[in-house]
Amino acid sequence: MTTRVADLAFARPGDKGNDADLSLFAPDRATYDLLVEQVTADRVRAHLGHLVAGEVRRWEVPHVLALKFLCTDALAGGGPSSLRADNLGKTLAGALLTLELEGVDAPPRARPPVDPYRHADWRLERPSP
Amino acid sequence: MQPRPEGAVRIAGGQGFYGDAPAALADLLTEEPDYVCLEALAELTLAILAKDRRRDETLGYTRDLPLYLMELLPALLEGRARVITNAGGINPPAALALLREAAPAMGLGGVTVAVVTGDDLRARPELLPPEFPPPEQLEFANAYLGVAGIVDALERGADLVITGRVADAALFLAPLVHEHGWALDGDPDLLAAGTVVGHVLECSGQATGGNHGGRWWDVPEPWRFGFPLADVTADGEAIVTKPEVAGGRVDFDTVRQQLLYEVGDPTAYLTPDVVVDMTSVRLEDLGGDRVRIHGVTGSPATGTYKVVAATADGYAADLSLAFGWPDAGAKARATADLARRRIDVAGITLDDWHVELFGVNALHGPAALPAGEPPEVVLRLAWKTADSDSCAAVARHVIPLALSGPPPGMTPAGRGRPRPSGLLALHTGLVDRAAVDAGVRVHVETL
Repeated sequence: MTTRVADLAFARPGDKGNDADLSLFAPDRATYDLLVEQVTADRVRAHLGHLVAGEVRRWEVPHVLALKFLCTDALAGGGPSSLRADNLGKTLAGALLTLELEGVDAPPRARPPVDPYRHADWRLERPSP
Repeated sequence: MQPRPEGAVRIAGGQGFYGDAPAALADLLTEEPDYVCLEALAELTLAILAKDRRRDETLGYTRDLPLYLMELLPALLEGRARVITNAGGINPPAALALLREAAPAMGLGGVTVAVVTGDDLRARPELLPPEFPPPEQLEFANAYLGVAGIVDALERGADLVITGRVADAALFLAPLVHEHGWALDGDPDLLAAGTVVGHVLECSGQATGGNHGGRWWDVPEPWRFGFPLADVTADGEAIVTKPEVAGGRVDFDTVRQQLLYEVGDPTAYLTPDVVVDMTSVRLEDLGGDRVRIHGVTGSPATGTYKVVAATADGYAADLSLAFGWPDAGAKARATADLARRRIDVAGITLDDWHVELFGVNALHGPAALPAGEPPEVVLRLAWKTADSDSCAAVARHVIPLALSGPPPGMTPAGRGRPRPSGLLALHTGLVDRAAVDAGVRVHVETL
């Protein structure tokens, strides 16, 4: 089975001008150490391909078990001038999560129910398609 | 109500962007915050406000400010909570003029308002970085101010402080400086601690389980999102929480995501008031929707402020077309190529042309997961031109492909025709701090 970053960690993206930043969060120290070793700036740069026209830099934030990636020139011009539908890179965290890890045999990631709020008591309408 | 540590100032994050949900304030007020801070300005927001001001010189502030004030009115009038907002946008005096006019009808009479100005550098072009475009081309040019003007306003008794472009976190740091007597040239660790609190609170629901990369489906009562609160003591320690009556969640995962959100180099997060080392921050999940923030360190601010300006950069529009099985991807790709050729034949010059296939790789490009044949694909075409007319004309050469293009079954993915909108190019640089500060003014008046 292929293990991807998504099986071990989650991420949130942000933007500033034409740069995108990605924060990757590990659930525990052992996973954090593995991500530090495998999810390098060079690998992320290669993985994101043409989405990033500039560079990728990485910092370690061990107290909160996180890695920070800063991708320059990554939003096709930045918020008010980008032609991308995702002009602020709101979905770019997912692109980081598809990166494959080597020599790791992890259980597949936790996934939401197909229709997460189906049984919620506050739900008003019939189930979504 | 959430328990409050002895001597703590309670600060609420009541708004995360222009267009956020004022209804969340009612739940925040049940926790009796001392300050409600409303953060209305993303980078992109200034561009939106610049378009407003271009149409009408009396605009340029975030126009939902009265909606927020209506929600806050009881607490504001009784002096239970003071309100700090950057809703002034690129025209804070215009926001004040609006409130003066609306005060009788809104019941704002007696409220003391302060307006902080001096961030707008269009009138002081000599301060702008030399690499910036000529000042007459700038749609806006604003420095990111720190807390000084807001602190002055609070000391002069303002119930409501309206600023233009200040650093987002400064809205939250300012009341801590005011209440705890932290010196602006004093211990940088305290200023850094207050800035971290502001950073965690400034995006409203993003600290309480919104935009959650983790187990988002487990966030309780997500239809009634609790916005974040922080209890901050004079030593800079903080507990982040949310209204007990509302949904959402505060835990290690929700707070650490917001802690690093839109931070570039975490070892040196530059703000107008302090340089924060985000890697120093310790989070302790206390359970019960309470996370303790401690250990924050910082170093003194630099001698410069960030300035962001924008210039007009042509026009853009887009059109999304849906295709179903079979061969949805092939039909979409063919339509994109046909459209491009027809636009060229029509003699329209495009400055940029962007093709995205939703359902294939529109969002993740080469990092998209490999998949089999998609059952449905949405083709999104986006284009940029120098002028508005040719931008609008492009769509007239694409839409006829519904009948007169070989790929079958093309349907618009949305209603309405493509409308050209003006693009702005952003310019970012540094300006001398002391020179900008010399132009900062705080106007205080009672409505």
